Amino acid sequence: MSAAPARRVAFPPNWPARIGALVLLAYVAYASTILDITWARFLIGLEHGQRFISRMFPPDFAPDKIELLYNGMLESLQIAILATVFGTLISLPLGIAAARNLSPLPVAWIARLVIVIARTFHPVIIAILFVKAVGFGTLAGVLALTVASIGFVSKLVADAVEETSMKQIEAVRSTGAPFLGIIVMGLIPQVLPRFIGFTAYELDSNLRNSALVGIVGGGGIGATLFTAFQRFDYDFVLTIVLTIIVLVMIGEIISGAMRRLFQ
Amino acid sequence: MSAAGALPGGPAGGELRRWQRFTPLERVARTGFYLFALLAVLWALRTIEIIPEFLYDAPHQTVDLFARMWPIDWSWYPKVVHAALMETLHIATLGTILAVALAAPVALLVATNITHSVILNTFGKFILVATRSVHSIMWALFFVAVFGPGALAGMLAIAVHSIGFTGKFLSEAIEEARPGPIEALKAVGAPPLAILIKGYWPQVKPAFLALAIFRWDINIRESAVLGLVGGGGLGMALDTALSNLYWDQAGLVLFVIFVVVIATEIVTTTIRSRIL
Repeated sequence: MSAAPARRVAFPPNWPARIGALVLLAYVAYASTILDITWARFLIGLEHGQRFISRMFPPDFAPDKIELLYNGMLESLQIAILATVFGTLISLPLGIAAARNLSPLPVAWIARLVIVIARTFHPVIIAILFVKAVGFGTLAGVLALTVASIGFVSKLVADAVEETSMKQIEAVRSTGAPFLGIIVMGLIPQVLPRFIGFTAYELDSNLRNSALVGIVGGGGIGATLFTAFQRFDYDFVLTIVLTIIVLVMIGEIISGAMRRLFQ
Repeated sequence: MSAAGALPGGPAGGELRRWQRFTPLERVARTGFYLFALLAVLWALRTIEIIPEFLYDAPHQTVDLFARMWPIDWSWYPKVVHAALMETLHIATLGTILAVALAAPVALLVATNITHSVILNTFGKFILVATRSVHSIMWALFFVAVFGPGALAGMLAIAVHSIGFTGKFLSEAIEEARPGPIEALKAVGAPPLAILIKGYWPQVKPAFLALAIFRWDINIRESAVLGLVGGGGLGMALDTALSNLYWDQAGLVLFVIFVVVIATEIVTTTIRSRIL
């Protein structure tokens, strides 16, 4: 403001922000009525919730249940490991193909389109399609999470490749190295630490998601969880959920250590 | 970079001086890690159960899948899918609003410059990790059992699952706030709430908005599948189509999800580049 007012107000009212807050409030009220979200329903739900939670305790640690849990967890772990390996192995070339500084533009755009399609759909939806294509079981889960990993990791690889320094690549190129030589000696050493970081992150997220694909028939602990839900074995559900939380936390610790080791 | 290079002219005797990037311990750790990773992959490959008949049948089934989806049943859009799409958008938006409202107090609890108590910090962190570790679909299973199938369960699942992500980054933004304005407010004797609103909030606001928009983008993706377990929205329409084996209708829902997700991504990147 050029014409200074006589008295400066310390905190002038911010009208756009106030109007924005009002609009937000109005939207919340409108959307709540549309979705039929009412306080009465919420209170009834709380009552249900109390009964539900009381049926969850104590968690079920019967030996036959533990065996189911153990098998489901192993299967989830297999799904997560294989999906991470396949997904990241495919992501490396795909990500390099999608980087606009190295590949010819048409190739880059096609690779980007593939990545966008793989990334748009939630792993569960991809799992539904694969369950139809290759039947129930772990294979569908592995394939679904592989596709989801490709969508996520190749985009990061493409960004990482676009940020690399061209000096080293040109140095290798000036020795007359073929394209593959440029990639292996000039590019890979630059992106490898970050790539391993992405792999660690992806292992972590595949471990979480491997618990999901089972809900639609993709095998693993998700299948065990869904069955337990449908049979109203809520105490076993709690056991499974607690185990998943512990496993995810362990996965987070491992992937954190992995990233520190390679940064 | 990582290769052990050799330089001439080291100590007497023409012995070469070796340059190494990593300490021996680091190299042992790395080699051990590679071995461990290899073993894990081999174990997974050898023990995983794959039914060969299904694999043999896969190409045929895949072709069949797309053949059944085509042509897409567009006439189903005005009947069912439009309402489901609106419901999904409302679930994601309301869920995000509720999530940031719930995450803000937890973030204050976690931020070490606001809450000077290790016990409360750890308690807040536990809430963040616990809500984040359980996926939104599992939260939806829980809330559907509690509140019955419908949008309410889906919205709560989205909100509760988002607490962990939003709260984590919000608490980091609060911890990064510069102490200058806060000390100025303290010096004039402002009460704690005023310090929070006039000292911290203006500094945290850009990060907060960016975070809310980013989470909204993620939540639209997630809310589209919650209906598969009864959380309302597009997933419900997809579930109906799939259980009736109407693949042309399922194809329509998938197409709508694709368009919505791409559109949201374009919208959020535009908004983010404007406000940041």
